[in-house]
Amino acid sequence: MDMKVAKKKLALKEKYKLLTRDLGWEPSYQKKDDIYPYIKYEGIKIHDWDKWEDPFRLTMDSYWKYQAEKERKFYAIIDAHAQNNGHLNITDARYLSALKIFLQAISPGEYAAGKGFARTGREFPGVGTQVACQMQSIDEIRHAQTQIHALSNYNKFYNGFHAFADARDRMWYCTLPRSFFDDAMSSGPFEFMIAIGFSFEYVLTNLLFVPFMSGAAYNGDMATVTFGFSAQSDEARHMTLGLECIKFMLEQDPDNLPIVQNWIDKWFWRGFRLLGVVGTMMDYMLPKRVMSWREAFEIYGIENGGALFNDLARYGIRPPRGWDDAGKALDHMSHQFMLALYQYNFGTAFHTDIPTEEDMAWLDKKYPTTFNKYYRPRWEHIRKLKEAGTPYKNMGLAKLCQTCQIPTVFTEPDDPTQLTIREVDYKGDKYHFCSEGCQHIFENEPEKYIQAVLPMPQLFQAPLSGDLVAWMNWVGLQNGKDNGDYFGSEDQKNFDAWRDLATRNV
Amino acid sequence: MSTVFIALQANEDTRPIIDAIVLDNPECTVNRQPAMVKIDAQGKLTVRRETIEEQLGRPFDLQELQVNLITLSGNVDEDEDSLTLCWNS
Amino acid sequence: MALTSTKPYVGVPRDTVANFNGKQIVYTYWEQHLLFSTPYLTVVEPGMRFGDYWENVVKPLMQADPDAAGVNLAEVKWTMGKQDFTPNISATLAENGIVHKAQLCFRTPGVNTLLAAA
Repeated sequence: MDMKVAKKKLALKEKYKLLTRDLGWEPSYQKKDDIYPYIKYEGIKIHDWDKWEDPFRLTMDSYWKYQAEKERKFYAIIDAHAQNNGHLNITDARYLSALKIFLQAISPGEYAAGKGFARTGREFPGVGTQVACQMQSIDEIRHAQTQIHALSNYNKFYNGFHAFADARDRMWYCTLPRSFFDDAMSSGPFEFMIAIGFSFEYVLTNLLFVPFMSGAAYNGDMATVTFGFSAQSDEARHMTLGLECIKFMLEQDPDNLPIVQNWIDKWFWRGFRLLGVVGTMMDYMLPKRVMSWREAFEIYGIENGGALFNDLARYGIRPPRGWDDAGKALDHMSHQFMLALYQYNFGTAFHTDIPTEEDMAWLDKKYPTTFNKYYRPRWEHIRKLKEAGTPYKNMGLAKLCQTCQIPTVFTEPDDPTQLTIREVDYKGDKYHFCSEGCQHIFENEPEKYIQAVLPMPQLFQAPLSGDLVAWMNWVGLQNGKDNGDYFGSEDQKNFDAWRDLATRNV
Repeated sequence: MSTVFIALQANEDTRPIIDAIVLDNPECTVNRQPAMVKIDAQGKLTVRRETIEEQLGRPFDLQELQVNLITLSGNVDEDEDSLTLCWNS
Repeated sequence: MALTSTKPYVGVPRDTVANFNGKQIVYTYWEQHLLFSTPYLTVVEPGMRFGDYWENVVKPLMQADPDAAGVNLAEVKWTMGKQDFTPNISATLAENGIVHKAQLCFRTPGVNTLLAAA
């Protein structure tokens, strides 16, 4: 690293004070309540914004310096990747499905977080909070941009990357992260901080980025490792912001505890549902796998989350409602999710495939109590159908959860043979849920969730009125190119041909 | 006692930093994973600027850690000379 | 529980029956047949006879399961919502009280080739 170390004219704490706290002022001709109109209605009581601590004490001058360094590193590698046919160095083009899901479903979430933090940076009165939120907002936009840029190299060669922006708005599986972020952004600033800053960043992003980036490294994907680590280097700061925010709320007033606890309960469950997709990518979509979803969750969910909730117990915080159900779901969720993605793969802008015998042996090793017993028979039957020339497609389409918008694929926590069926009558209509957790979230705020634009019911309303071809055009899905089984796809043929050419002189 | 951890990218910048962390926290566990190094410790872990500078052979601003940091766990306390991670329980 | 909001807040539901051009959603789920990841989402006319719904809508969707051929409508046990339910197969869905977004489940006890006994 060739960064010049600044001469220490000011101590860190002093510099932070001057470049952050001292940027604020007391308004003289406007009322504070008019300047910050959204700060009281959620019921959170704050008595002294100066008690807000930013343990990193990062000031804007240092921020720009380090971010610029990260960008230089990022582009050096992205250029090398593009110049050296990096796309042919991945283990197998099956791996690209994970990247397509990442680009369609996760990168837009980064952008949404950017918008959300820009807003909270404006809505919070404390200067320390404003600066930290603004930095995070810029980070999140940088993440979205670097991810799109890195993956654009793959878009030159493979299907499924081209319409990610339409997919973000319209694709059925993308509405799940989208509804997560829309739910957070339509909440007040404090709830947003718990949703994204605490639950998502602190409790859950480790599961998203750390094993996934190691997975990218394992699978020879230099582009993704690079954007992943470049983004991840900001995450420690984001996590710390989330943790400081929750401690700040709890220390400011004892009345804040039940409100905060309720948000933790809600956002833990929403985040857990969202990250089920990541579990599926880890267990099924990486040709070379690093660790199972279960193993990752043991380290970053159970051990790390457990440590956090033990620490917060001194404020009266208990582990989130749904924590036990989450533990019971670990051995099932990735299999249930992947089976769903496969049977609806005529409607996905990525490829799926039936696990090979070797894949299934690995899954059995990682999920010894469940895979062979419950999921292997289904996969073997699906393979038989394919070999018989009648590949399995479920044209029944999926029932979706009104809260998380995921197809209701999950089983009862204590009985993996029974699908969870939950319905609520509200104002003369029926609403359905994938779990106790999602039903509970709906019942707390039904007026919010009855507005959910659920892709499957929407498909049967005007203007699509059930026309699947019109739907494909609308979501940017090229039938026969982007969707279906990986084996026999254009991506498979091209990758095999190009890799062959790359190693021979024909 | 809960585990705190810090994870850094595995590269030439972080090699001396990791060595320094191990010197300052002899009880810690170093997990070398693909492209990253995760250092676990029971309850508390301290990263000291001086030790890094000795390993690196040049002055080091602790905030440079930001460039190669992947993730951490625990309450953070940082000043010019050290960064400490700890759980209070 | 009410939504916390700065002013009165009323949501507009997106999936009311009026939006389905005279049709309605019926969810049907074959218990313990998890080759089908979720209940089938079907969109049908409320005037359709239950027997036709079974024969022309549900049965074609069941075919991928090895047990499908052996299922006899006369022996199937039904629930709707949480209640046991005995459909009149010559009456319409509406006459059977199957409303928009109703959840039907049917059981074929002892027939579950792809599922290990719990």
